[in-house]
Amino acid sequence: MARGFSVTSLPGFAAIAITSFVLLYAPILTMVIYSFNASESVALWGGFSLRWYTAAWENTQVQEATIRSLVIAVSAALISTTVATMAALGTTRRGRFKGQTLIYVMINQPLMVPEIVTAVALLIFFAAIKVATGYTGLAYLVLAHSAFCVPFAYLPIRARLEGMDLALETAAADLYATPWQTFRRVTLPLMGPGIAAGAMLAFVISLDDVIITEFVKSAGQDTLPTYMLGQLRRAVTPEVNAISTALLALTVILLTAFFLLTRRRD
Amino acid sequence: MADAAVEARSASKEYGSGDRIVRALRDVSLTIRKGEFFTLLGPSGCGKTTLLRLIAGFEMPTSGTILLGNRDISRMPPYQRPVNTVFQSYALFPHLDVAENVGFGLTMRGQPKAEVERRVARMLALVKLEAFAGRKPQQLSGGQQQRVALARALAPSPEVLLLDEPLSALDLKLRKEMQLELKRLQHETGITFVFVTHDQEEALTMSDRIGVMRDGVILQVGGPREIYNRPVNRFVADFIGETNILAGRTEAGCVRLGSGDLIAVDNLNGAAEGAAVTLAVRPEQVRIGAGPLQGRVSNTVYFGTDTHCHLRMADDTEVVARMQSPPSGDVGLGEGATVAFDFVAGAVRVLED
Amino acid sequence: MSAPTPSTARTGWILSIPALILLALGASGPLLIVVVYAFLEPGEYSGVVWNFTTEAWFRVFFERDIFDDTVSMADAHLTIFWRSVKLSVLTTLITFAIGFPTAWFIATRPAGQRALWLFLITIPFWTNLLIRTFAIMEVIRNQGLLNTALIGLGVIGEPIQILYTDTAVLIGMAYVYLPLMVLPLYAAIDRFDFRLVEAGYDLYATRWRVLRRVILPIVKPGIVAGSILVFVPSLGAYVTPRILGGGKNMMIGNFIELQFGQGRNWPLGAALSLILLAIVLVALLAYVRVTSSDRQDG
Repeated sequence: MARGFSVTSLPGFAAIAITSFVLLYAPILTMVIYSFNASESVALWGGFSLRWYTAAWENTQVQEATIRSLVIAVSAALISTTVATMAALGTTRRGRFKGQTLIYVMINQPLMVPEIVTAVALLIFFAAIKVATGYTGLAYLVLAHSAFCVPFAYLPIRARLEGMDLALETAAADLYATPWQTFRRVTLPLMGPGIAAGAMLAFVISLDDVIITEFVKSAGQDTLPTYMLGQLRRAVTPEVNAISTALLALTVILLTAFFLLTRRRD
Repeated sequence: MADAAVEARSASKEYGSGDRIVRALRDVSLTIRKGEFFTLLGPSGCGKTTLLRLIAGFEMPTSGTILLGNRDISRMPPYQRPVNTVFQSYALFPHLDVAENVGFGLTMRGQPKAEVERRVARMLALVKLEAFAGRKPQQLSGGQQQRVALARALAPSPEVLLLDEPLSALDLKLRKEMQLELKRLQHETGITFVFVTHDQEEALTMSDRIGVMRDGVILQVGGPREIYNRPVNRFVADFIGETNILAGRTEAGCVRLGSGDLIAVDNLNGAAEGAAVTLAVRPEQVRIGAGPLQGRVSNTVYFGTDTHCHLRMADDTEVVARMQSPPSGDVGLGEGATVAFDFVAGAVRVLED
Repeated sequence: MSAPTPSTARTGWILSIPALILLALGASGPLLIVVVYAFLEPGEYSGVVWNFTTEAWFRVFFERDIFDDTVSMADAHLTIFWRSVKLSVLTTLITFAIGFPTAWFIATRPAGQRALWLFLITIPFWTNLLIRTFAIMEVIRNQGLLNTALIGLGVIGEPIQILYTDTAVLIGMAYVYLPLMVLPLYAAIDRFDFRLVEAGYDLYATRWRVLRRVILPIVKPGIVAGSILVFVPSLGAYVTPRILGGGKNMMIGNFIELQFGQGRNWPLGAALSLILLAIVLVALLAYVRVTSSDRQDG
């Protein structure tokens, strides 16, 4: 036996795994490379150029959609993280109480119901409100995004809280900290990384949303993803490559930050 | 009582409700004196930690009262009680450094910054951790974390310091060291220590007085010698050190053993003539070589300084004798040999059941 | 030891109320309105007329001839349902076949490397679905990477039409949902005690038998979780079939959208949404049962 016997290896698994990583990244890398293509064609390489980034940057529709996406994502992240933090404090570490399962189901509903169904439901609901009030602003999108971001913000915060030693807060109370001081000086600082992670996930999820936004938005309220979807319906232009690459870069940066935040817990 | 630091009066604590009620503490009354090192000793689930948490204020008694000095503090929240705790897990704040941890209680009490710094420096000197003030707790060893926890709890000069099995996470050598350290700190600060442990040896070596608990009840309170030498019942005798338990019947002021031998006891503990009684004798109080009793050697076990010799009496009752190992290491008692033995005068105790 | 008391329940509810209100407005409440709409008559251009009827449910499965009122099975609808279920099941199988070895590979890397491999799976997971669908489209297009490469290698003379077929939808869904399979599988395998494999080999089991008799049964909860996580969004997929399937190869999600777009039959769309939701909930309940019975087994 030349290579020895390893209990953790199974024949062919490593090859399949490497192949799957290649398959996962090949399309993304192709997209990234072609976003720097000078040629008009999406198939032929015409040399390195930033022309599509410039084109996207100067496109007022793209600018507006980008700002709109960011406004919605920041608002949704703030709102969902705030309510999720409160809910996590309410539902962890206090023993099971009546109705807790109902709260869990409510909070996780956006994860369980297919997005298209939620989208349809919101379309119907908001259409009625739009007719009744005449208001067609961004608030609908912010409300919808905030709602489906709640579970994404809630889960890391709850995980963080559950990993926290209850004795720490008992110790604070023992050392003359009032309940509010205990929360301010001990609980909140220790929850910090969980809250930051939750907010970041909520932000990414909101920024990426297509389906619900597509159904809820009023005329002229394109976000970056729905703008791209609209573009794809027509001809594919390398400009979409450039926007996609920029979004991808943002995701990678946020994810890296998220990993660093959650890994530092010890 | 003027010199009482802590007092429990008929304190009870129940968890749950209805059919699944757990009575962690049953009608416990206890007085802990000012300045003493008092240990609550018992197996896990005996209620010792519950009693400690009632004193600290983390739990409220279901009935009864807890007094600190002469004040009823039963319903007072923990952050108002001049009592501090050293937790089993230490519970050091991971986001604060050592100095901030030690100063936490003083800061919460609104002490001026300079005063906090002065006091923190003194406490760190007391536990010999001056060099570690800026470190985070997770950068310290277990023994160092233990000292930080002690310094943090002592910094606000509590009337009573509560210690919840603080040494259980340390290895044997470090534990012995910390036992001495704790005694020294108690001596230097003069603060009343209430110490919870399930380790009887720890209790015997450290305490001024010990309260032995089982099933939410305090069975016996006394000094280490009293608890060891005069256990009130079979549980205490068994839990503290090793004990030979013998069954017998009172007869003319003496006790007739199952083997038929009649032995003298100091005190019949009020047992009536002809009543069945349980006797306890410590292994080191059994003398092999001469005496009215006879036993067959079933086994000898070498422990280094000591050798234990297991004897079987006529009715198969087992008696363990502990003797010092001779220089050769061999006590010279072959298996199966029949030897004469005796109990040291005054060493046989009649137990309540 | 903190037993629940009435006050902890009250505090728990009070702290959860803002989240519950938000979700009631932005998720649960609207869902109830969908239930109501499924029993109303469609309006002339869009919306509904407030008359109770079960016509929408009838229309899901049957169609009525406009002229002679004869009733026949709604073949087009059934085809869409069948395609959705078939593609979702296939997607689940494909992602499992590729995802299990991948998850195994990651879980058996040295501890220092594992985080990096996991990170590599997580990036596509969090990357916009639209972007990933778009990326795979670029690969399978007629002038895309795949066809260009195959022609260049002389394997084929003319581009194969993959885009706008069921195959394209299948490739796309397997591509975008693969991380959803790998992550729970990884979590299960990572917790797996490899001494059990040693014990299996020690007791004369072959590799195949160890895999089948020891590893797979123990990581079953991870397999079930991964399958649910892939199957549920596949069934409700909208973006991927819309881009890769073109107009013809619709799945339920696109068909539902159609009812709120050009088709404009809101009650029918509502009924279809509820059917989709029902299938998903059945799958989730099955998942809960499988995992909780596993927990009882120990």
